[in-house]
Amino acid sequence: MQRDNDQYYSFSRRSALLFGSQITLFSALAARMYYLQVIEADKYRMLAEDNRINFKLLAPRRGRIVDRFGVPMAVNQQNYRVLLTPENTKDIEKTLDTLAEIIPINDKERQKILRDIKRRRRFLPMIVRENLEWEKVARIEVNAPSLPGITIDVGESRFYPDAAAMAPVLGYVSGVSEAEQTGDPLLELPGFRIGKSGIEKTLDVALRGRGGTSQVEVNAFGREIRELERVEGLPGAEARLTIDLELQKFVAQRMGEDSASCVVMDIHTGEVLAMASTPSFDPNAFNRGLTADEWKSLSSNPRTPLNNKAIAGLYAPGSTFKMVVALAALDRGLITPATRISCGGKVQLGDAVFHCWKSKGGHGSLDLIGGLMNSCDLYFYEVARRVGIDRIAAMAEKFGLGTILDVELPGEKKGLMPTRAWKRAVRGQPWTQGETMIAGIGQGSMLVSPLQLCVMTARLANGGRAVKPRLTRAVLPFDGNVLPAPPAPEFEDMGIAPANLEMVLKGMYAVVNTPGGTAYRARITDPNFAMAGKTGSVQVRRITKAERETRVLKNEELPWHERDHALFVSYAPVNEPRYACSIVVEHGGGGSTTAAPIARDILREVQRRDPSPGRPVNVVRRATEDES
Amino acid sequence: MSGRLLSHRMANMPEMTLAQRIWQINWSFVLLIALAGSIGVGMLYSAAGGNIDPWADRQLARLCIGILIMLGVAVTDIRFWLRYSYLLYGIALFLLIVVEIAGDIGMGAQRWLVIGGLSIQPSEMMKITILMALARYFYASRLEDAGRITHLVVPVLMMLVPALLVLRQPDLGTATILLVCGVTMLFLAGAKAWMFITGGLGVMAAVFPIWKYVLHDYQRARLVTFMNPEHDPLGTGYHIMQSKIALGSGGIFGKGYLEGSQSHLSFLPEKHTDFIFTMLAEEFGMAGGLALLGVYLLILLYGFIIALRCRNQFGRLLAMGFIMSFFFMVFVNIAMVMGLIPVVGMPLPLISYGGTSMLTLLFGFGLLMCVYVHRDVRLGPGSADDTL
Repeated sequence: MQRDNDQYYSFSRRSALLFGSQITLFSALAARMYYLQVIEADKYRMLAEDNRINFKLLAPRRGRIVDRFGVPMAVNQQNYRVLLTPENTKDIEKTLDTLAEIIPINDKERQKILRDIKRRRRFLPMIVRENLEWEKVARIEVNAPSLPGITIDVGESRFYPDAAAMAPVLGYVSGVSEAEQTGDPLLELPGFRIGKSGIEKTLDVALRGRGGTSQVEVNAFGREIRELERVEGLPGAEARLTIDLELQKFVAQRMGEDSASCVVMDIHTGEVLAMASTPSFDPNAFNRGLTADEWKSLSSNPRTPLNNKAIAGLYAPGSTFKMVVALAALDRGLITPATRISCGGKVQLGDAVFHCWKSKGGHGSLDLIGGLMNSCDLYFYEVARRVGIDRIAAMAEKFGLGTILDVELPGEKKGLMPTRAWKRAVRGQPWTQGETMIAGIGQGSMLVSPLQLCVMTARLANGGRAVKPRLTRAVLPFDGNVLPAPPAPEFEDMGIAPANLEMVLKGMYAVVNTPGGTAYRARITDPNFAMAGKTGSVQVRRITKAERETRVLKNEELPWHERDHALFVSYAPVNEPRYACSIVVEHGGGGSTTAAPIARDILREVQRRDPSPGRPVNVVRRATEDES
Repeated sequence: MSGRLLSHRMANMPEMTLAQRIWQINWSFVLLIALAGSIGVGMLYSAAGGNIDPWADRQLARLCIGILIMLGVAVTDIRFWLRYSYLLYGIALFLLIVVEIAGDIGMGAQRWLVIGGLSIQPSEMMKITILMALARYFYASRLEDAGRITHLVVPVLMMLVPALLVLRQPDLGTATILLVCGVTMLFLAGAKAWMFITGGLGVMAAVFPIWKYVLHDYQRARLVTFMNPEHDPLGTGYHIMQSKIALGSGGIFGKGYLEGSQSHLSFLPEKHTDFIFTMLAEEFGMAGGLALLGVYLLILLYGFIIALRCRNQFGRLLAMGFIMSFFFMVFVNIAMVMGLIPVVGMPLPLISYGGTSMLTLLFGFGLLMCVYVHRDVRLGPGSADDTL
């Protein structure tokens, strides 16, 4: 059958052609498979892992801050949060109604919750309420069966047990702002807190610790399936400060509601035992977030609660500066301790009249110790005139005045110690002798901080060594690696003649312990605890000529902001000096009446608390009482 | 059947008894089909995350029923299928039109009809019946007839009408299969090569003016997305990317059964239907993928040999046409999931989850086996009218 054969021939030829193309196309598929699964396999394997695995950062626990004895000052507190997982409840409204019987939820919050639910994936829990009291937590747990979708979660938040007293030193933590992002993913964690001021800021990186990571397998919708691997982070290091918390609390409480600041330090080691600034603020409030009203009342308060006045408050040193003037003169031999200067209450220089604080009658003839004891202004006008401003400034800087002391706190201010060069550069005018005389009593354009005053006193009392203040005793990392202990502080001798120093200290002794001394009424009567010091009252207004002619108004008669600043620098015990203390009470009136009694109580307390065993008692006094 | 007819039309072949027909079934081929179906059941077990519910159990049931149907079809006298080819084609066409009208009346676009609780997908029926109808049209025609244009008008219409109806559903995948079936049949029947070339050029020439003058902007935009889903990176483009990631990350030997992360974490879309090959290649790697290709190639080879060994033109055309449509489905699906061609809705035959397509396919394989069983039967021009 020819016809059939032709047909079969055509069919089989064309079938073979089709089958051949099928094999060819299958080979193309195989080649594509080889390309994807062998050549490009690594790339796709990586993409698959990227798909599958989410890295989650685990926030490390912030390191504690403890005082010199290990008493916690900044800790982490458990923070109970109520979470709502929408997919676990059938009726969100009903769950919220039931929850509202335990924790009040107002309409605004409720609307926000319902709005958020719509925007998020239903299996992601959302925070309904934070910082829950334990009693509420218990009630929610008990009612769990009628609260589908509600869970309690424990987070951690910073807590300062002695908030107000420690706030100036510790500072506070708060959320990370846009500008503070460094690219460290830890900072991008929601709810992560960093130090914003104080030690929290200085030691922030060490306190933060190292974040852990958790690798979770997620599906295409982002739901977590399981945890694959967990690398625990490292909690932050514990910071041990030099502060004595009990003393700090005592100081803060003693200063009360005055706008005041105080620094207490060890004159040999530079360890700051207390640094208070009042009024203060509640750093715990910053952690939870301040309301607009709270912020406004804090930032507009004239007593500047947010400012650590001990390092950032600047004042003219007033009479507390007189030791420096005296030392500058003694150093140059321009006076001797026996040099006598006569005070008649006022002195004329050209057209200007310079008054002593005791302008009626004056102090009569005084030697150095008498000048200090009575804080005679005329005596120091004359001494300053002999020494000149540049030598005074050089001596002041040796004692840390008008310099940065590198205490470990942000916001430390340098202050100002004027010189001839400074005035030429800044004001474009020559320095006048009148200004030198004003500088001799610590007034005029010079500005110092209470910390600088404390360091000055310490350097006077420790025999002229350039001690520097320290706030951190140790930073103890959590991983057990003990950092090498900081080298025992060796402070260099400033090269002041011991005899000169001794004369000045004698003057400070007389101020407090000699009847007639400006702070005699604030002396410590127990001879083992006795203190020496120097008062200062800084005028913040100009006394007009007219006022001088009638009657200079007393501080009590003036509005608060026109009253004198009250200053007092001191050290104790006099026979074996160990502690220096400086106090500035803004608009407190007189240094002798307001500041000195506070210093007396503080120095008595710090010596009472002195932990050093075998402290020598009844040693031979350095400062004798021959003036009394 | 009278002895006269038998001697006249069936040459020297005696009538086969049922037992003979069962004996004649190529059982190794049956096993091969069952093997392919079982691979599908296994993959569906994995797709459900190691559960027989909801896919594997049902697929297994359908596979068993389907194989029974396949065997039933295989042992039915081939003249029965020859005789009722047009009728079955007519029913399928009628149902296609009914679906179309139902869609227009307002039931929305849909592809299936529910008749007495049974859902029927006429386009699936059409895949097989179009082969039968065309095979019947050409089985008795001479080679010279197939080379004449006038002889080809009817089969071209038989192919185009259902293809256009299916395209309107819209189901591009099935419509293309119908066209491939039709063109394959024309080609095998002996249509001249110049006809295909002219036809191809004609289509291409028509595309440009239609694109430029007939279509509206929005229609053009819709077509672009339809033809090139990579324009839509969050839709099908995303799916293809995820599919490539799944395949590529499978590597040479795969991630292991039930261990495909892309599939099990839902990155892979439609892992139980169109993208089931991806899951297989993710879990068993290139080795698994090639093995499956091997199984498919073996099935194609069986079909090719069956077609060549068949002594009647009806059987040859039917066998080769079915093999070609089967190949086309396999190729389009795998090429699509590997990102070689645009995304077209096309299940992987014998593996993907889906009742109708499984039954249709096994019915087709039944016909293929029927051709093998009756490979020596000669069918003359009048055979279609024979009483059985």
